[in-house]
Amino acid sequence: MDLSLMNDLNAPHSMGTTIIGVTYNGGVVLGADSRTSTGVYVANRASDKITQLTDNVYVCRSGSAADSQIVSDYVRYFLHQHTIQLGQPATVKVAANLVRLLSYNNKNMLQTGMIIGGWDKYEGGKIYGVPLGGTLVEQPFAIGGSGSSYLYGFFDQAWKEGMTKDEAEQLVVKAVSLAIARDGASGGVVRTVIINSEGVTRNYYPGDNLPLWHEELEPQNSLLDILSSSSPEPMIS
Amino acid sequence: MSKSEVDVPPKGGFSFDLCKNDMLSKNGVKPSYRKTGTTIVGMIFQVGVILGADTTEGPIVCDKNCEKIHYMAPNIYCCGAGTAADTEAVTDMVSSQLQLHRYHAGQESRVVTALTLLKKHLFNYQRHVSAALVLGGVDVTGPHLHTIYPHGSTDTLPFATMGSGSLATMAVFESEYKEGMTVEDGIKLVCDAMQSGIFNDLGSGSNVDACVITKRHKEYLRNHLLPNPYSYINPKGYGFPKKIEVLLTKITPLREEVQVIEGGEAMEK
Repeated sequence: MDLSLMNDLNAPHSMGTTIIGVTYNGGVVLGADSRTSTGVYVANRASDKITQLTDNVYVCRSGSAADSQIVSDYVRYFLHQHTIQLGQPATVKVAANLVRLLSYNNKNMLQTGMIIGGWDKYEGGKIYGVPLGGTLVEQPFAIGGSGSSYLYGFFDQAWKEGMTKDEAEQLVVKAVSLAIARDGASGGVVRTVIINSEGVTRNYYPGDNLPLWHEELEPQNSLLDILSSSSPEPMIS
Repeated sequence: MSKSEVDVPPKGGFSFDLCKNDMLSKNGVKPSYRKTGTTIVGMIFQVGVILGADTTEGPIVCDKNCEKIHYMAPNIYCCGAGTAADTEAVTDMVSSQLQLHRYHAGQESRVVTALTLLKKHLFNYQRHVSAALVLGGVDVTGPHLHTIYPHGSTDTLPFATMGSGSLATMAVFESEYKEGMTVEDGIKLVCDAMQSGIFNDLGSGSNVDACVITKRHKEYLRNHLLPNPYSYINPKGYGFPKKIEVLLTKITPLREEVQVIEGGEAMEK
């Protein structure tokens, strides 16, 4: 086997990622792609990077898969205890602060950036970003992962205060699909989580139903579909 | 330690210098850990999980029929790729922890418990324990399949492949896998995938082991397929000379050779 590919298989398991968190009037929408890679090999094309911390708080993970999983596992464990001791659901701020605490205290060991989003009765829908160094920032919207560099300009233009739930979700799906189109390390499907006072809704948008952007071709289920096509130009079905 | 201490020649005692390894390393041979060029797979079917593994070990094939599907619990098994010693040790360790946990809890082990114990160990050792695992089993919450990487990250999947043969086997799963397959179709798919790994990956070879786990039942199919039988068997057969020459028959009792001197210097610094 190709030696460079062998080295890739032994490379750290990491998430070249696009993750997004957006607030709207009444809650938050979290979004992520579903690609996990080891080097150039896609180790998992349907992974779930939006992880549950409590009933009303979720986290989007980016960077090293191992590191982000261990951090979110610990935070989930601490929040569980906290909820029992408090006798009421943990707030988003507490969850985000726990993520920050672990990320900051172990910054030399960890390679992970996270976006925490959720809803609580005190502050409503909130998004917090915890990037690499372990700083905590409350933001109206947050983007992260390798795909986010393609999205800053788009969000500056497209994000508006006081969007509806559907507007916010459509924005997230559009943004992730734009990043998937340009970022090689992002791909697969788009997953979203909507959190508000009503509860949590999970949605997923298959990769072959996403909008097509500049110069993209119609999806083909299989190479055989292209080969058997009657068209003289096999790539255009 | 002062310099003079180092320079003083040792006063008696045994020397355990490995003369043979020394000679080898002078000739440029560097011994390494035994790594398994491996194909391991797993898939979820209708009512359970099927695991598959090849049986070749080592870059120069050290063992042509080793076992890569490890026991974790009566309802949970685990395929291992990477350093053979590490996969063996980590699965043994966790299976013993699971047994103790069962004595304590008085109920069947769950797959997530095994998963958490394995991933915690691997994360703690920050990839120095090179074990890449496919963990499968059936518990009260149904059939489960997970992959675990040496860094401690885990995935949950309907079908999974690992090891150097993972690309070849994943190609088969991606094209043939369907949700809710029957046992027969499942075993056939695992065998097809395994053979693709055995024949297309240089590191993998020999036979196919499989393990079918369903609710309250499991079947370990050791050497389920033998696609690589011996093609050449020495017609003379292998053997050793019948007569082994006796070199020495004189018995020298050791005890009499030892001299005990009282009141000598106990130990020099």
